[in-house]
Amino acid sequence: MLLRDVYKEYPGDPPTPVLHEVSLAVQPGELAAVVGPSGSGKSTLLNIIGTLDRPTSGSVHIAGYDTAELSDDDLSALRAREIGFVFQQFFLLSGMTAVDNVADGLLYSGLSLAERRIRASKALEEVGLGHRLNHDPSKLSGGERQRVAIARALVGKPSVVLADEPTGNLDSHSSESILALLHSLNETGSTILVITHDREIAAALPRRISILDGRIESDSSAELVR
Amino acid sequence: MSTAASLEPSAVHPGDLLRIATVGLRSRRLRATLSALGIAIGIAAMVAVLGISESSRAELISSLDRLGTNLLTVQAGSGFGLGSGEGLPTTAEAMLRRIQPVEAASSVTVVEATVRRTDLVPPTRTGGITVQATDPGLIGTLRAELADGEWLDDTRAGLPIVVLGSVAAERLGITDVADGNLVWIGDRWFSVIGILQPVELAPDLDRAVFIGEKVAEDEFGTTASPGTIYLRTDPDLIDDVRDVVPATANPAEPDTVEVSRPSDALEAKAAASSAFTSLFLGLGAVALLVGGVGVANVMVIAVLERRSEIGLRRALGATRRHVSVQFLTEALLLSGTGGVAGALLGAAVTAGYSVLRGWEIRVPVAGVIGAIVASILIGAVAGLYPARRAASLSPTDALRPV
Repeated sequence: MLLRDVYKEYPGDPPTPVLHEVSLAVQPGELAAVVGPSGSGKSTLLNIIGTLDRPTSGSVHIAGYDTAELSDDDLSALRAREIGFVFQQFFLLSGMTAVDNVADGLLYSGLSLAERRIRASKALEEVGLGHRLNHDPSKLSGGERQRVAIARALVGKPSVVLADEPTGNLDSHSSESILALLHSLNETGSTILVITHDREIAAALPRRISILDGRIESDSSAELVR
Repeated sequence: MSTAASLEPSAVHPGDLLRIATVGLRSRRLRATLSALGIAIGIAAMVAVLGISESSRAELISSLDRLGTNLLTVQAGSGFGLGSGEGLPTTAEAMLRRIQPVEAASSVTVVEATVRRTDLVPPTRTGGITVQATDPGLIGTLRAELADGEWLDDTRAGLPIVVLGSVAAERLGITDVADGNLVWIGDRWFSVIGILQPVELAPDLDRAVFIGEKVAEDEFGTTASPGTIYLRTDPDLIDDVRDVVPATANPAEPDTVEVSRPSDALEAKAAASSAFTSLFLGLGAVALLVGGVGVANVMVIAVLERRSEIGLRRALGATRRHVSVQFLTEALLLSGTGGVAGALLGAAVTAGYSVLRGWEIRVPVAGVIGAIVASILIGAVAGLYPARRAASLSPTDALRPV
C-alpha cells in the first residue's frame, strides 16, 4: 500500500483542505496505527486508503493497483477483494446470524452461499467465536460483535484491513482482547492499519504514524516515503 | 504492477440479491406487511370487481340461453287514445299462430274474481293476486318451471284446479301441494295442483294464479278475449315477426297493439352492470395507486434509515448498481407480494359471492394476471426513485455517523 503526495480538499468557498502531501507506505504483514486527535484528517485518510473517496491530487496504490486508473465499479471490485473494513459502530445486520453477517464479507466476490458460509465459519473460529455461529448479533456482547465484524473484514483474505476506532465503543476489557486479537491476526500474516485517537492503543502497536492538521507529524518507522 | 483489466469485477448471485432484498423486509415485518396490504387491497378490489361482474354476466348469459331471446309479449295498449280498452280481439291468438316463424303461442286472460285462502277472508283482501285463465301451453312457451306439483292439462281444463305463481303462493301461505290445499276463488273452492318457480321473462305472472280457460268460462263467464299473448318465434326472424304482429293481432286497430321482448330487459341489466364495473374498476385503480405511493414512501424511509447498511455494502464491494438493484428488488417484492395476496383475496371474494348467489364461479384469469403485472409495474415505478437515491449516496457520507 503506497500513498504519494496525497492532497485532499472538500469543495466549498473557499475549499477546505484536510490532507496535505501525505506520503505513506505500508508493507505486507505490518500492524500499524494512524493516530491523531479528531479533526486531524485521519478519517479522510482512512476513506482514501479504503478507496471510499478519491484524493484531490496525489496517487494511491492499493495491492498494486493505481486507484486513479480505476473506475467506480473497479474500486468496488478492489474493496471486495483487497480491502477489509472494521468500523467503530460494527455495522452488523440484525435479523441475520453471525455466520451470515461474516459471509456477507464475501457477498460481492461471486462465491456461492455455501462456500461463503464455510469460509465465514472458519473466520469466526479464527476470532474465537466458533461457538456463536448462529447467534443474532443483537444477542452478542460488544466485544463479540466487534469480533464478528473483524471476521467479516478478514474472511476475503484482503491485502489490508482498515480498522477505524475498533475499540471506540468497547469497555477496556473488551478493548484489550480486541487488540490482542489484532496482534495475533497480524502474526498469522494479516496487514492491519488501525485508525485511532487513543495514544495508548497506538503505543501498543509496532508502528505508529501520527497525524495532525492533515500532515504526517511523525512515523515510528523509518520507512516514511519522500 | 497489475493493471485495472486484471481486476475481477464485483458480482452477486441473483439468489443472493433476492435474499439480501428480503433482509430489510424481514427486519421490519409490520411496516412491510402494511405497505404490501395497500397494494393487496387495490388488487383485491379490482380482481373481485372483475370476477363478480364476469360471474354475474355469465349467469345472465346462461339464463338468457336457457330462457331464450325469442319470446315476444303482445298486449292491448293502454293509456290515453290507445284502443277501446277491451283487450285484444278474440281471434288474435289464432291469427298470430299463423305467422310462419311463430313456434308457439299462449295467452293469459284476466278472470274477474278474487283468490283468497279461505271463504272467511274478506273479498277486499286480495293480496294483489290476479286470477288468470290460460291454456296448457303457457308453461312451455314461457319455459317456466314448476317448484312443486303439476301444471294444467287439456283433460282437466274444466275442473276446479289451480296453479299458483311463486309470489301468489307465498302470499297465500302455501309452500307445497302435498296437503291437498284448497283456495277460495270467486265463490267456490279450487284445489292447488302446482306452484311455479319465478318466471324470469314474465315477472307479472308471479303474482297470478292460473285456472283453465274452460272452467273460467263456466264459472266466471270469462270471454276468450286474451289480455296478453306470449309468442315463441324462430330466433333469426324475430324482428320480422315483430313487425307484422300488430296488424295480425288487431287488423282494425294495429296501433293499439304493444309488442315487447322481455329478454331486452335482461340484456339491459347486463349492460347496466358493466357500467358499474367500470366505475368500481376505476375506484380499484385509485386504491392501487395509493398503495403504490405507500410503497414509494416506505422505500424512501428505508433508504434514509439504512444509510449505514448502504455504506457498509459499498465498503464490502457493492457497486452503485448492486445497491440500486437491491432496493428496487425490495420494492418489487413488496408490491409483488401485495399483488399476489390481493389477487388471491379477490378470487376468494369472487368465489364466496358467487357461491352465495348460486352462480357459477368465474375467476377472471386475465384479470388476475393483469393485476399481478400491474402491481409489479407499480413496484418498479415506486422503487425507482428510492433505488437511485440509495445508489447515488456516496459511501463516505453513508458511513458517517449521524
